[in-house]
Amino acid sequence: MARVVVDVMLKPEILDPQGQAVANALPRLGVNDVTSVRIGRRIEIEFAGEPDLDRAREIADKLLANPVIEDFAVHVDAAGTVKPASDSQESQPAEAPA
Amino acid sequence: MSARIGVVTFPGSLDDGDAARAVRIAGGDAVGLWHADADLHGVDAVVLPGGFSYGDYLRGGAIARFAPVMETIAAAARGGLPVLGICNGFQILCEAHILPGALIRNQHMHFRARDQRLRIEAVQPVWTNAFNDSQEVVIPIKHGEGRYVADERTLDELEANGQVIARYLGGNPNGAQRDIAAISNAAGNVVGIMPHPEHAVDALTGPSTDGLGFFTSMLKFLAGAPGLAGSGGAGGSGRPAGAASTAPADQGAS
Repeated sequence: MARVVVDVMLKPEILDPQGQAVANALPRLGVNDVTSVRIGRRIEIEFAGEPDLDRAREIADKLLANPVIEDFAVHVDAAGTVKPASDSQESQPAEAPA
Repeated sequence: MSARIGVVTFPGSLDDGDAARAVRIAGGDAVGLWHADADLHGVDAVVLPGGFSYGDYLRGGAIARFAPVMETIAAAARGGLPVLGICNGFQILCEAHILPGALIRNQHMHFRARDQRLRIEAVQPVWTNAFNDSQEVVIPIKHGEGRYVADERTLDELEANGQVIARYLGGNPNGAQRDIAAISNAAGNVVGIMPHPEHAVDALTGPSTDGLGFFTSMLKFLAGAPGLAGSGGAGGSGRPAGAASTAPADQGAS
């Protein structure tokens, strides 16, 4: 399985009220040295064959991101090839023994 | 026979019923259009109603933009077909790049539902000819992602070309740049508006009947401009001039 990751972020000049709300909540955690939080979106695309970055870019430009307000970056996720293993790892740290 | 106005239903559309009713109250024939059907069935104009098309997944309007009906509407809009996008319909038009800019999360993060004062900034032939210059109207808003944004150059162009159709008065409800509530494309046949004119067409259920002006404007425009592009009219017989002039007579009926 070939996984391509698309990261979508609001352009720097676009206000991110969601990120601001999170930043404003951090002092409640006792965190006072964060100056900015901005929230984006990570999209994982699985290609049936070889990972196709050009195709992923086209998908991102047309649908996944709105180039009027967002920037995006694509990269092949090497870890994507060992997906089953990483999945089972993630599900392992279950709750404390009952 | 009156003008035929298409109202598109996407999965997740909410206000298609009210939009069709507004068309009828204004004196037009409302024709239901289906998102998966690329055929516009010969309509003379199109309304893209509010709601949450395709669940607003990804971004509002992002997926609806690729619906078969939208491909046809985009092409027809470039040919001059009158199109009004309301709320989610406005978002779809921006996502499809038929209108410039974008609509993003309200600045204060809250959903806003209230009766909103607006000023009509541009009396243009297709969608606002029923209004007076700088007329103040009251039309409901209800949205969480209605903050209009565009780069400064685009905003300056909109202002210079008279494409800012309406602005918020009495407090900007979402942080929209330059208080913009509605814009048009350069040709003026496509308008996107965040407030809901279709909810202000009847004194019984709306805060005013100010919203009706958008629909009567468009019908008046169609009556005066037979043979308009878009629906590919096969013959002149189907669209009598003066179709809209009978409109006000129906108004008391509801």
